[in-house]
Amino acid sequence: MTSMTSALTVDSLSFSYGKKPALNRVSFGIEPGDFTVLLGQNGAGKSTLFSLITRLYNPHSGSVRIFGHDIRTHSTAALKQLGVVFQQRTLDMDLTVQQNLLYFTALHGINSTHAKQRSTQELSRLGLEEHRHEKIRQLSGGQMRRVEIVRALLHQPQLMILDEPTVGLDLISRQTILEHVRKLCEQEQLALLWATHLIDEVLPTDRVVILHKGEVIANGWAQEIVEQSGTQDIREAFQKLTRPRKKPATS
Amino acid sequence: MKPIHYLRCFGGIIQREFLRFLQQKSRFFASLVRPLVWLFIFAAGFRATLGVSIIPPYETYILYEVYITPGLLGMIQLFNGMQTSLSMVYDREMGSMKTLLTSPLPRWFLLTSKLCAGVFISILQSLVYLLIAWFWEVEAPLMGYLAVLPALFLSGLMFGALGLFISSVVKQLENFAGVMNFVIFPMFFASSALYPLWRMKESSILLHDIAAYNPFTHAVELIRFALYGQLNTFSLTYVAVCTLVFLTLAIWGYDPTRGTLARRGGN
Repeated sequence: MTSMTSALTVDSLSFSYGKKPALNRVSFGIEPGDFTVLLGQNGAGKSTLFSLITRLYNPHSGSVRIFGHDIRTHSTAALKQLGVVFQQRTLDMDLTVQQNLLYFTALHGINSTHAKQRSTQELSRLGLEEHRHEKIRQLSGGQMRRVEIVRALLHQPQLMILDEPTVGLDLISRQTILEHVRKLCEQEQLALLWATHLIDEVLPTDRVVILHKGEVIANGWAQEIVEQSGTQDIREAFQKLTRPRKKPATS
Repeated sequence: MKPIHYLRCFGGIIQREFLRFLQQKSRFFASLVRPLVWLFIFAAGFRATLGVSIIPPYETYILYEVYITPGLLGMIQLFNGMQTSLSMVYDREMGSMKTLLTSPLPRWFLLTSKLCAGVFISILQSLVYLLIAWFWEVEAPLMGYLAVLPALFLSGLMFGALGLFISSVVKQLENFAGVMNFVIFPMFFASSALYPLWRMKESSILLHDIAAYNPFTHAVELIRFALYGQLNTFSLTYVAVCTLVFLTLAIWGYDPTRGTLARRGGN
């Protein structure tokens, strides 16, 4: 793999639920070390896009490549590089933190000694080591999210995608999670796609992809999008770009 | 990915199912009530009215409780198989199946492993049932208790695959009540579980023919013969072919572009 290979390449991706279109020719890319925010209102198609990137659905047209591996034709190689945190909780509530983590590592074929080492490392990085033997249902919402992030990192992926990971969390939990994943991008060159509708999570130095009604309407550095849209900040730019357009008056 | 990765993955899926079983012991025993009610009440009531002549694999006249036991083992496998596969469809939308399906190994392997994990738990249930039935004078030769294990495994896998396929293509059958009415009950009653096929023939040729083609009949006969240390080759072939067909259809039915989530148009 060369350093020129993009972490994620989404190319002309389209998908529909029956006759209802969900994504229309969506294209963008993410490079190693990028913190990319996928910004979109509820129903913009963010979760559908995640389902396509993770191979839960197959695209009707277009392609998804992870470090050059097509998700449809080389799914094993592609998914090995990918860490995912879905919007809905995907932990087993009746099992302990440790049991959930070891189940995940087994799915990736990691041996138990290495799996335990990795669990210890990642749990301590997010301050969760003392909860290792607690059942998931005993944890707070913020702690559950952090366990999901720990789990997504256990197999040392080079691309991580998170779908609205901070929704419903208190401010401190949100900050902790954001700081942690931003650090991963800076220090470990992890490529990261962060889907959200919470605009205050975007920094001027982030890359931003704005998804609106299943289409990419802006793609670039946050500062660039602000300048191009002639607005003061990314919030205003987002509002301007996603505002319903008035129909031209007919004579 | 090397064979050792597949093995670890398979082990992890089995272990998770076992841990979940330990957490849900009450559900495990509750589902034993159904076959035990059939054994203690239904079979006791029918003992007097329903005579069973000497038919293979039995070498002598038998009590009705003895006859009905393989059918009730089949019932345990059938209910569990359907429940496992339906919970997989539910899980796909609610969460934990996403973890499974986004892991790197091929989907056919992941789905088959998950079905196998469910079968192991249902085998445990069957063994507990056999232990209780032993105190009820339903005794098989010691060798039979060992020989029945692969028969239980194969039949459980067949029902799990059938359930997975049905639930992936028929939306109305996603809830368990629908499956009970349209799949489990017809399969169970139109089979050799409660009465031998020759007896059925006396009252209805059509019903006999339906039962003769019913995969559940062959699962029950496979279990019945195995429990007495014998191999029913025809039933084994029938169940093996059905398992392969249902499994192939289930994996096809689980195609990501088809599932229930896509049909609902949720986002």
